[in-house]
Amino acid sequence: MSKKDIFQGYRGRALEVLKKFNVRVWGKAVADTTRGHFEGTVLPRSENDDDKHIVMKIATGYNIGIDTDTIKNMTEEGYKEANYAIPEKEFPFSDDNPNVKLFGTGGTIASRLDYRTGAVIPAFSPGELYGAVPELADICNIDTEKVFAVFSENMGPKQYIALAKAIGKEIENGVDGIMIAHGTDTLHHTGAALTYMVQNSPVPIVLVGSQRSSDRPSSDAALNLMHAARAAGHGDIAETLVCMFGPTSDEYGLLHKGTRVRKMHSSYRSTFRTIGDIPVATVDKNKVELIHKRYNHRRKDREVTIKPYFDDRVTMLYYYPGMKPDTLDALVDNGYKGIVFVGTGLGHVNKELYPAIERAHAKGVHMYMTLQTLWGYVHMFVYDTGRDMMAKGIIPAGNMLPEAAFIKLGWALGQTHDPEEVKKIMLTPINDEITEREPYNGYLIYQGGIPEVEEFIKKVHK
Amino acid sequence: MTKKYDPVENFETTREKVGYVPRKEATQQDYDRIGFMSGLEVHQQLLTQKKLFCRCPAGIYHDNDDYDAELIRHMRPTLSELGEYDGTALMEFKTRKEIVYRINNENACTYEIDDTPPFQIDKEALEIAIQISQLSKLNIVGEVHVTRKQYLDGSIPTGFQRTAIIGVEGSIPLKHKTVRLIQLSLEEDSCREISDVGHTRVFKTDRLGMPLIETVTYADMVNPDEVKEACDYIRFLNRSTGKVRTGIGAGRQDVNVSCRGGSRVEIKGVAHTRWIPALTHVEAFRQYALLAIRDELKERVPDPENYSISYQELDYYAYEFDSIPAIKMAKHNGQKIIAVNLPHFHGLLSHFTQPAHSFSEEFAGRLKVIACLERPNMTHSESLEPDVREEDWDKIRTLLEASDQDAQIIFWAPEDDVETALETIEERCKMAFDGVPEETRKSFEDGSTVFERVLPGADRMYPDTDTVPIPLEDSYIDKLEQKLPGEVIDRYQQLKQWNVPEDTYHYIFSKNLFPLIDKLVNNIKLDPVFSGTFIGHKLKFVEGHYLRGEQFDYAQIGELFEFLKKENLTFDLAEYMLPELYEHPKMDFESILTNIEFSRMAPEEIKGKISFLRDKFDQIKRKDGEDHKVNWLMGQLRKEAVGNMKLTDLLKEIQKQFQTN
Repeated sequence: MSKKDIFQGYRGRALEVLKKFNVRVWGKAVADTTRGHFEGTVLPRSENDDDKHIVMKIATGYNIGIDTDTIKNMTEEGYKEANYAIPEKEFPFSDDNPNVKLFGTGGTIASRLDYRTGAVIPAFSPGELYGAVPELADICNIDTEKVFAVFSENMGPKQYIALAKAIGKEIENGVDGIMIAHGTDTLHHTGAALTYMVQNSPVPIVLVGSQRSSDRPSSDAALNLMHAARAAGHGDIAETLVCMFGPTSDEYGLLHKGTRVRKMHSSYRSTFRTIGDIPVATVDKNKVELIHKRYNHRRKDREVTIKPYFDDRVTMLYYYPGMKPDTLDALVDNGYKGIVFVGTGLGHVNKELYPAIERAHAKGVHMYMTLQTLWGYVHMFVYDTGRDMMAKGIIPAGNMLPEAAFIKLGWALGQTHDPEEVKKIMLTPINDEITEREPYNGYLIYQGGIPEVEEFIKKVHK
Repeated sequence: MTKKYDPVENFETTREKVGYVPRKEATQQDYDRIGFMSGLEVHQQLLTQKKLFCRCPAGIYHDNDDYDAELIRHMRPTLSELGEYDGTALMEFKTRKEIVYRINNENACTYEIDDTPPFQIDKEALEIAIQISQLSKLNIVGEVHVTRKQYLDGSIPTGFQRTAIIGVEGSIPLKHKTVRLIQLSLEEDSCREISDVGHTRVFKTDRLGMPLIETVTYADMVNPDEVKEACDYIRFLNRSTGKVRTGIGAGRQDVNVSCRGGSRVEIKGVAHTRWIPALTHVEAFRQYALLAIRDELKERVPDPENYSISYQELDYYAYEFDSIPAIKMAKHNGQKIIAVNLPHFHGLLSHFTQPAHSFSEEFAGRLKVIACLERPNMTHSESLEPDVREEDWDKIRTLLEASDQDAQIIFWAPEDDVETALETIEERCKMAFDGVPEETRKSFEDGSTVFERVLPGADRMYPDTDTVPIPLEDSYIDKLEQKLPGEVIDRYQQLKQWNVPEDTYHYIFSKNLFPLIDKLVNNIKLDPVFSGTFIGHKLKFVEGHYLRGEQFDYAQIGELFEFLKKENLTFDLAEYMLPELYEHPKMDFESILTNIEFSRMAPEEIKGKISFLRDKFDQIKRKDGEDHKVNWLMGQLRKEAVGNMKLTDLLKEIQKQFQTN
């Protein structure tokens, strides 16, 4: 802030009152009101809150709000501005430990409270992270770089490309592993993007987030960071991975392939699940234990391929019964070049859309079919409608997850617009975004309440 | 050594030196001498349908082993708003506890285990909290801000309690003074602990999240009885709303005590107010004793900053440890046995601190909590019940190169915990130079306490980013104020004015029965003393001696008297009906009458029996005299008369008939 704002966040009526009585934010104030006497330090006000109240921290440490309409008089009897700076600590290096690069992008794992807005903001530098999780130094040497500070939902193609290039550079510089601190909402989009953009990596690239901000004692951030550091520094899996809690308990993490993972609960710690396959490995503070037999091993060379392409004229269309053709027309008319359908069942949309699909195809729009069911393969040969759609230009995307397909189409169109080339790119898996086989345990959603499930849940930490 | 040191004698000498007086003999002069000061934090569960921040039902409990799932969390300290770590937070982190939560689907959802953000605050709870704040004369805030109060002991899975101030700066009237209130907060209740052994602590989440209020007083109380009186008042005030929970654990208090020059020590979770006097008495003197130890140490050690302990691992076989079961067991479990030398602490480990404990207890308590060493975890050179042989102590002192001015501790611990244990001992030694460490202590019924945690400061408060502030408008607050019950102090005065005996008050207020008495007196026109003693003596007796029927409600007592009035029966019959009503609340009143073998009889009919009985008495009498005759007659007719006519009328009638003859 260039000019010091002494009424941080206050506006309207509340601001008038503060000005009238000459009381500043961080001033120790006494308020005489129709509800009695209140004493405390005036705090900044969240900009989204109303203009009818003044916030105070009282002597016992609690915050209260005072209704401006009740204030008869107010005086400032002292002033002490709080300093919320968290000391940044330099990371202690050890020659015995692998060197890991931690990229900060923002999100919950690298967040703390903003006392002005009262919200969680991504303002926690990776160096500060070390101050909070000193155990990291026992696992590896971490060098940190804040690439951006955005919430997960604001990550997009530009960020994927910048990140891919930064990773390429670090790998060439000889790092033993990459960690990326990232918001969780779109962790799986970035997981897919980096899988396509950073190919043949000799070292693990581990995306990590947290479901509870690190300003909370029971945050999963510290443990997730330790797990990610273990996987990046010592693990043998040289792929783009997502590292998040296995169970909701503080026990172990799972390493998921960036292309097969999905956030499945809005707030659970164990929200990330591998869909249609099993996770690659489990990880705790001390070791990575493989679950998958097939994976890309860590190598000594530095021969990574960076493919930083993306055409953002791509979109997704989530089908619903009764969808009108004009929704599709509108996308085409607005210049979208690639559309990933998220269809029902085996990959269907209603007949009413057919003319619009034909029109889109004629205009050269690349269309792919994925599934709302998330699990299973698109099977467009089973019913006539499926065959009809294929004839009209929609290409089934196997068991690719909708998000993985969306990112891949953007990435493919960033390289070529030749339909056959695009199709080849889309249907040739880079890292299991389409798998040939679905293992029987690739689909497991236990139904709560069933006796044997309850027995399992009671015994095994969920 | 020339003369054998006698720790028991030292304990007694130091007790006298401190000037400890037993509670029963203590006077206000004693409390003034040591500068007794105390304040309260009274917790009360509110009677709501649902929990405070989620929609789980409140008040449904389960057994320790009746759970559907378990999960594990670890707690890490975080930086406060002011950029500092809280003292308790660091201590809890040192203990490296694995916290296990047992969840039952009946009463917990994903909110309890911190896998879902909070829902809107329960309106019912908010209203009750505001009303109790109004009764407590607190200034109601303009806007409620939910704050996070850190708890790293695991009692709340998030690691913090969501809590919000409803009012500040109030007061309650005691008989002889006014006690000021700091604040009242509305908060979520914590988990109940199932066990805490070594590095694992197990909780259940049934109570977690239930709405709870905390009323905090200033340290205005200057003797143990005042503390109890204030606490009773607050509890009665809470109950006067009829909207709070009762029963085990529904109301509990933390009692803050200090003596002059001492520190604020919080005695946690006192379940009964009757325990308060003994606890506060003992604690104030414990602090006074710690100050005496400080003064002694200051004389002995000129530069406490450089104070340090030394230690040696002991070879089990070099000493007679086989005869000491705890050490033998430790050896069996592969634990290390460590001897520690505390320079200049001779005569202090056996120094009096509590009637049942010496200063050494301060170390043992901290070793259990901070280093996770299960008790017994240590012995020492001044044990009041010596276990290690004196010649072994001599050997150990030689090993430690100890002087006569030193004292020694032997503790046993798993290898991983030795370092924390040593730090804990040294830290406690250093604290002795400052006097009384600020801490929370766990209470026992005998009035003694033991270390529980370091006292957390204001550093552990954070704004809750998951909730928005709730404005409390004047119109809303005024509406709630109109529904307030009468004040406890006014009710107290009313009972006094009615001449209701004082020994009934505690029962009446603790069960919130004043409104019932008020109804009996004002609506049914019962005599106030009769009403007060009927509730305060008769009902209390029945509660203590009969089994309460599931549906029994105090309001039924009012209905009972209304019934008697309507049926034109006298009110003394209620005493005989009450046990039946209490045990079988669904039974109608006529059936109760049948059960107690009551039959309706006109007063004239009863009176008519007098002359016959009088003649009968004359035939069978063993003693002469008018009094005997009257008493015997009353005895014969009483059962028939109760309910049908006033006994005083019967007596008058008997006397009248005697006079006419």
